[in-house]
Amino acid sequence: MQIHFVLLISRQGKVRLTKWYSPYSQKERSKVIRELSGVILTRGPKLCNFVEWRGFKVVYRRYASLYFCMCIDADDNELEVLEIIHHFVEILDRYFGSVCELDLIFNFHKLMMYLKNQAYYILDELLIAGELQESSKKTVARVIAAQDSLVETAKEQANSLSNMIAQATK
Amino acid sequence: MGSQGGWGQSKEFLDLVKSIGEARSKAEEDRIVLREIETLKRRIAEPDVPRRKMKEYIIRLVYVEMLGHDASFGYIHAVKMTHDDSVFLKRTGYLAVTIFLNEDHDLIILIVNTIQKDLRSDNYLVVCAALTAVCKLINEETIPAVLPQVVELLGHPKEAVRKKAVMALHRFYQRAPTSVSHLLSNFRKKLCDNDPGVMGATLCPLFDLISADASSYKDLVVSFVNILKQVAERRLPKTYDYHQMPAPFIQVKLLKILALLGSGDKQVSGHMYTVLADIFRKCETSSNIGNAVLYEAICCASSIYPNSKILDAAVETTSNFLKSDNHNLKYMGIDALGRLIKISPDIAEEHQLAVIDCLEDAITIDDSSPKVPRVTVDTVEGNESPSMTTKVLSLGKEEEDPDDTLKRKTFELLYKMTKSSNVEVIVDRMIGYMISIIDNHYKTEIASRCVELAEQFAPSNQWFIQTMNKVFEHAGELVNPKLAHNLMRLIAEGFGEDDEGADSQLRSSAVRIPDGFICRNSDQIPSAFMQASFDGSQLHGLSTNVRLRIVHFLVNVICWVLGEYGTADGKYSVSYIIGKLCDVAEAHINDDTVKAYAMTGIMKICAFEIAAGRKVEMLSECQTLIDELSDSHSTDLQQRAYELQALLSLDNRTIENVMPSDASCEDIEVDKNLSFLNFYVQKSIEKGAQPYLPESERSGMSNVDNFKNPYQHENSGQSLRFEAYELPKPPPPTSIPFVSSSSRVTDIIPVSEQVHSREIHQNPPTSGADALALEVKLRLDGVQKKWGRPTYSSVPAASATVSKENGVTHSDEATNANSQTRDFPYNHRRQQVEVSAEKQRLAASLFGSSSKSDKKAPSSHRPARGGHVNSERPPATALLLSEPPKEKTSASVPPPPDLLDFSDPLPSSATSEDPFKQLEGLVDTTIAPLSGNAPTPDIIPLYGGTPSINSATQANIRNASAAASGVVTIKKGPNAQDALEKDAVARQVGVQPTQNNPNLFRDLLG
Repeated sequence: MQIHFVLLISRQGKVRLTKWYSPYSQKERSKVIRELSGVILTRGPKLCNFVEWRGFKVVYRRYASLYFCMCIDADDNELEVLEIIHHFVEILDRYFGSVCELDLIFNFHKLMMYLKNQAYYILDELLIAGELQESSKKTVARVIAAQDSLVETAKEQANSLSNMIAQATK
Repeated sequence: MGSQGGWGQSKEFLDLVKSIGEARSKAEEDRIVLREIETLKRRIAEPDVPRRKMKEYIIRLVYVEMLGHDASFGYIHAVKMTHDDSVFLKRTGYLAVTIFLNEDHDLIILIVNTIQKDLRSDNYLVVCAALTAVCKLINEETIPAVLPQVVELLGHPKEAVRKKAVMALHRFYQRAPTSVSHLLSNFRKKLCDNDPGVMGATLCPLFDLISADASSYKDLVVSFVNILKQVAERRLPKTYDYHQMPAPFIQVKLLKILALLGSGDKQVSGHMYTVLADIFRKCETSSNIGNAVLYEAICCASSIYPNSKILDAAVETTSNFLKSDNHNLKYMGIDALGRLIKISPDIAEEHQLAVIDCLEDAITIDDSSPKVPRVTVDTVEGNESPSMTTKVLSLGKEEEDPDDTLKRKTFELLYKMTKSSNVEVIVDRMIGYMISIIDNHYKTEIASRCVELAEQFAPSNQWFIQTMNKVFEHAGELVNPKLAHNLMRLIAEGFGEDDEGADSQLRSSAVRIPDGFICRNSDQIPSAFMQASFDGSQLHGLSTNVRLRIVHFLVNVICWVLGEYGTADGKYSVSYIIGKLCDVAEAHINDDTVKAYAMTGIMKICAFEIAAGRKVEMLSECQTLIDELSDSHSTDLQQRAYELQALLSLDNRTIENVMPSDASCEDIEVDKNLSFLNFYVQKSIEKGAQPYLPESERSGMSNVDNFKNPYQHENSGQSLRFEAYELPKPPPPTSIPFVSSSSRVTDIIPVSEQVHSREIHQNPPTSGADALALEVKLRLDGVQKKWGRPTYSSVPAASATVSKENGVTHSDEATNANSQTRDFPYNHRRQQVEVSAEKQRLAASLFGSSSKSDKKAPSSHRPARGGHVNSERPPATALLLSEPPKEKTSASVPPPPDLLDFSDPLPSSATSEDPFKQLEGLVDTTIAPLSGNAPTPDIIPLYGGTPSINSATQANIRNASAAASGVVTIKKGPNAQDALEKDAVARQVGVQPTQNNPNLFRDLLG
């Protein structure tokens, strides 16, 4: 099984996060996003969460105002991918708080770019080269936490006030 | 919140993110981003940017890039950041480069060193970051640089590192299988890793390895089964549970692997039954993930050697899926059903109602097409069990909100179940659906499926022509031009063949149907065209056609038919037809192809007239056209015009030889040796001319290359050359004998010697050409490796050819053998369910009760000869039931007539791939000869001067059009091999290509 790309788009069609595991040029990427958001955002809630697209399949799932999409080969197990999405979301959720908060975070501009980096790292722990590498939530969380602590040390060395504030609010 | 990592970004960045978040339109967003790019460009170029600041810039670049803009100006800074000592910055650097760069980027070489260093780091997080980058960035050339370290890391104490090392190795295998071929045993070892995470990750590479070569991993079956058993029994740590399912993702992967290993292997499959039964029994159906595992178990059950108990469980689960109101599950159910009917066709019948539900769903939006009877919801509502009512209710919902994906899946299933007893209903519905959708990609696909089914199962010529009409009418511009050629061939064969009975039958039915058709809908263009083309008796319809916008390749067909048969029945005067053809050419002033067709049509008519001893008067408009085309920018048009003029001056005997009437289907024998020129050569030598020296004996090798170059450029321009290298060309520089391409066939398959040996012996291998072939080979090797595993868009045709070239397998046959499994005669016990008459009728027509074996062999899909076809096919059912699909692929060399069946990939290969993708290359090449026709001085091209798109066929059929069609044959692209191979086989078994194996031409026509 290979996931060709992961796409997070808002209900308005705005891109929130992209990760491309297969080579796409910048131009193709924009086209893919445009095409898919056209198809996916218009689908009703009762319909199935799969879309056939250019000989591939895109599995999507909506969380609040955010759509998580993954593109897979036509003969893959769609339900499994649907659950990989959910798995990812649960890990994000575990990391950031409740699902509702997830929505909040994703809309919360100040946290946007921060979250994005972090989400990238989490995604990197979950998928490598389009393959699911880790299916244990705890393991992913542990590695991410280790990375965070690392970041902490690095930052403490470097200074700073904001860090102290962050520590205080923890 | 457990997160502090990213704070510290400047206010500026926050504002940027905020303003983009609040942007009202894409244009506004773009404006903001462009401004941001300007800022970043300026800032990033400043000297001595603080590292911390730089990190922020790079994250902003990532953001810009994500929003679809080019941030390449900052890539180098991201690369630099990976060199940073601070882990914090390094990680950002790695993140950015993995997002920015792909494996072929020039900057990668600058990172390799850093990666090497980081892989040795004491800090496992650094190693992890480096390994993540390795997975994304390391390409074939740089693999050796990091490979030893990655292998070493397989034994790292931290499981996170081991896992990533496995994934990196897997990635290497995907990129360049040969580079790690000596390390594959590591994957086996890692399967026994203490950490379940590492074991789970190892399943990814193993899956790939096993799909490539299942036989060498059979010994692992017991281990896999054991692991699966343990997983299912919850022996793994609780952390791997997901929604109360024990490690479902690992289960799914294991099931996939087992499906591969058990395919066609009774003994191996025997190990799996127990654990599969357990999964079917225990798996909970309330959660999505449980159903995902169940679905995978069904796939596995349908792939391995069938076991009735397991199959029953699979069928049971499938029917639960189908009964579900959840569209996701319905979808999976339809898919599962498609897999199961391959094994036991009866299942479809048991679930006919559920399938019809999905189909009716499809009909509800087909109102635009009055031909499809609409089964309304009301008719169902009156009489039924509670479950029926819920279905009806869900149907009602779907009506407001049609689920396209589900519908497509259903059509895919129907496509798989099509046989001659239900083809009419199914194709009718497909066309109805085709009309209703706008998505061109899918429209194309469904149109080609309609055509395929129609060709394969058409119950009558009448129906076939009607169906083709409809397809042309509604998706004409999307249908591959190949169809037009098929049509031409059908017409040509219909008229030009010795099988008079079928011929006249076709003709009469062809005439009759369009008549009725025109009466009913006078505005249906293609039907008018059909009329015109089939007997030339409705020429007045043609001008209407031309005035209306008509698919231009149809015009091409019309021109060709008019040229070939316009005067055949004598109803219309020559000048009338020529006038029409001139009209056509004038109406398509910008379309060289149409003009070329028209010109050739005129030429043929003139030729036939002169040959019949009549005088041809040139109409003034025709003369104008000829004059105009003589000055055309297109060399092809010019040549045609000149050829016509030259032809007019010939006497009738010559013409009769050059362009025999109604002979487009006759075979051509090419005197490849050009022995008819011997006399001329002899005379020249006597007069003191230099005798010809073969290339090998000449000193200047380079001009050989020059000589061949034009064709090679054509080839490499359009795709990689995967076909085998041609044998050296025969010496005479005046000809490019096309037969040389057919002699290549001998390289590929063992054809009986006497057929081709003559050609081979007459071509002593010349070292020049050998060197050239070698050169091509070398270059290809590199390319092939690099792209060896197409990850994104696979080109099935090409890969098929590759494998053939290597002499490994005939994957075409494999595909075909596999897909043939859908051709089952169905034994139908009628299942009486209380449903409305409408629904039952529909069910009856779809699932039919015809148990007679009414399959037609895929190769003999021409309706014209449906008569003798039925007996031709081997008893497929028995074969398939006793012998699982995979094994059939290894059924190496079936007896010749079967080989014809098997080796024809066309009717079946379209199932999952986009068939048009495969053909893209061919379309190009078929056009090519029109514009790139080598100006040959001889009259010969006139002779093959039927539509030159068609001339590849013509080349094989008619003699003498050596130069022009030789070019075509050589240039035909990847499929040339298949076609030629089939041709060779056909010859071997003594089959006339025109008669018993129409598919042959389908390929050749490309």
